[in-house]
Amino acid sequence: MAKITLENLGHSYMENPQSEADWALKKLNIDWDDGGAYALLGPSGCGKTTLLSIISGLLHPSAGRVLFDDQDVTDLPPDQRHIAQVFQFPVVYDTMTVYDNLAFPLRNRHVPEADVDKRVREIAEMIDLSDTLKSRAKGLTADGKQKISLGRGLVRSDVNVIMFDEPLTVIDPHLKWLLRSKLKELHQRVKTTMIYVTHDQTEALTFADKVVVMNLGEVVQIGTPVDLFERPQHTFVGHFIGSPGMNVLPCAVEDGKPHFAGSEIETASSRNLNELKGELQIGVRPEFVQFADKGVPAKVVKVSDAGRFRIVETRADDTSIKLLVPEGQGIPADDAFLAFDRDHTQVYRDGWIVA
Amino acid sequence: MNNKTINHAAWIFVLPVVALVAFNAIIPLMTVVNYSVQETFGDNTFFWAGVIWFEEVLHSTRFHDALLRQLTFTFTILAIEVPLGVAIALAMPRKGPWVSVCLVTMALPLLIPWNVVGAMWNIFALPDIGLLGRGLNVLGFDYNFTRQPGDAWFTLIVMDVWHWTSLVVLLAYAGLVSIPDAYYQAAKIDGAGSFAIFRFIQLPKLKRVLTIAVLLRFMDSFMIYTEPFVLTGGGPGNSTTLLSIDLVKIALGQFDLGPAAAMSLIYFLIILLLSWIFYTLMMRSEAQ
Repeated sequence: MAKITLENLGHSYMENPQSEADWALKKLNIDWDDGGAYALLGPSGCGKTTLLSIISGLLHPSAGRVLFDDQDVTDLPPDQRHIAQVFQFPVVYDTMTVYDNLAFPLRNRHVPEADVDKRVREIAEMIDLSDTLKSRAKGLTADGKQKISLGRGLVRSDVNVIMFDEPLTVIDPHLKWLLRSKLKELHQRVKTTMIYVTHDQTEALTFADKVVVMNLGEVVQIGTPVDLFERPQHTFVGHFIGSPGMNVLPCAVEDGKPHFAGSEIETASSRNLNELKGELQIGVRPEFVQFADKGVPAKVVKVSDAGRFRIVETRADDTSIKLLVPEGQGIPADDAFLAFDRDHTQVYRDGWIVA
Repeated sequence: MNNKTINHAAWIFVLPVVALVAFNAIIPLMTVVNYSVQETFGDNTFFWAGVIWFEEVLHSTRFHDALLRQLTFTFTILAIEVPLGVAIALAMPRKGPWVSVCLVTMALPLLIPWNVVGAMWNIFALPDIGLLGRGLNVLGFDYNFTRQPGDAWFTLIVMDVWHWTSLVVLLAYAGLVSIPDAYYQAAKIDGAGSFAIFRFIQLPKLKRVLTIAVLLRFMDSFMIYTEPFVLTGGGPGNSTTLLSIDLVKIALGQFDLGPAAAMSLIYFLIILLLSWIFYTLMMRSEAQ
């Protein structure tokens, strides 16, 4: 087990990166605590898989260092880094039995056969594969195969980190939930650092203690699921996490205070906005907007039923604002006023939160 | 499941194919069957002869010898070409500008007409003027493929390996390229060495294409005619007279239509039987 540190890490797939856009990963500094359950969340093409490959050693970074417990492993190949990885599509050794698949990483490392047997049975028990140990791995279903991939990581006692690259992509929806909770349970049992790459926010938020949100090769926020929800550090996090995403409104400044559609908006920040240069925006999640007697004047445009609540889309000053209204609560027919929850309303400058 | 409509008019669409197959396969084959059960004394008059030609062929040492030579030839070239082809495919680059260079180089022998291959190797191996033949003699080997059976066999096999290993290479290469990267990455992480990667990832994934490669090479080499005919003409003596060469000698040299027809059918059945056995065995181990 180990703490993983990424120091000024950058990567470009080009020989001579010129502009900022040539970098798939831009200057990252991240610490992954020993034994943590992390999710790496971001849209397709944001650099998640690149980052994962660099940590596992399948890819050599163009710049920066990778440290495991303060030891530089940047130049070490994957097998010497003591890591395990579960890939997007299940990788099993077709010709072997489930037992031999699980034993493979140990046998390659010349572990005595008696220890191999003990360890394989223990892990098979953990991932519910005890009954199928004797059958050919090829015949298993996709979720069984993913369990084998995971098991091949778990059998080794020296594993620093287990990484998952969108491991549930090919799993049936009704099994996804089962595997996810299994994973969570396993993490609590083995306490190995786990990094879980996904573009699905539900997967990320349910699995991880801490979520690393990436966009365009940059880390935009590292935080607990609650942090990401309540205080998105960047409008991207606000958009990307939450369903529907955060409302982002243009912000005018009068007397150093944020204004929208002619009314002053109270926000969590008390900064004098006159000091700030750049494009200002107000961000508030639909969960923290209510209908009120006074406030921002708006027109109700559309109501969609989402079960326990309704998503109401309104327009105020040519900007769309969404809010969630619980079941049973009335919705004004046409003209209405909106009130924002002060503690959960943030000001953003050029995308980043203003403290 | 059983609610398909049955329309017998559909058979009309099959008729052109049936007619075509009848003309290019069934009718010629039946002519051979016809000859194989008749005897003639010339004058285009035929008599019913039953199975005597089949008995004669099956009991003749000449046929046994040719069959033995044929089996030796086929299994020798399979034993060389398949492992060699896989080895070359493994050594070829997977990406970069050299890929197309390698592929074109590999494909070249396959593009040369068979009789040209025979003629090329004949001249190449001539002990007095050929590069290979003369070269071997200069190096001190007593090499003469037109006189010594061992040398003739050696030349024959080297020629076939030169001509056909590429086919195995191309098939194996296609199989190798289609293995997803994740397998190699997983193997690296699992600490597998290059032999383990070959044994547990590449070989299992190549099984299908290798089945095809073995089948194709088996059938082709069992029917081989042009190249050995041009290279050695079956000699010296009868030492490189393979089944097809022998068949042509009987049918067109001696004009023994009956025995030749019977031999053709036996020849055909052997190929069919062996191919079927090969395929069944390989598919069975696949299914396990």
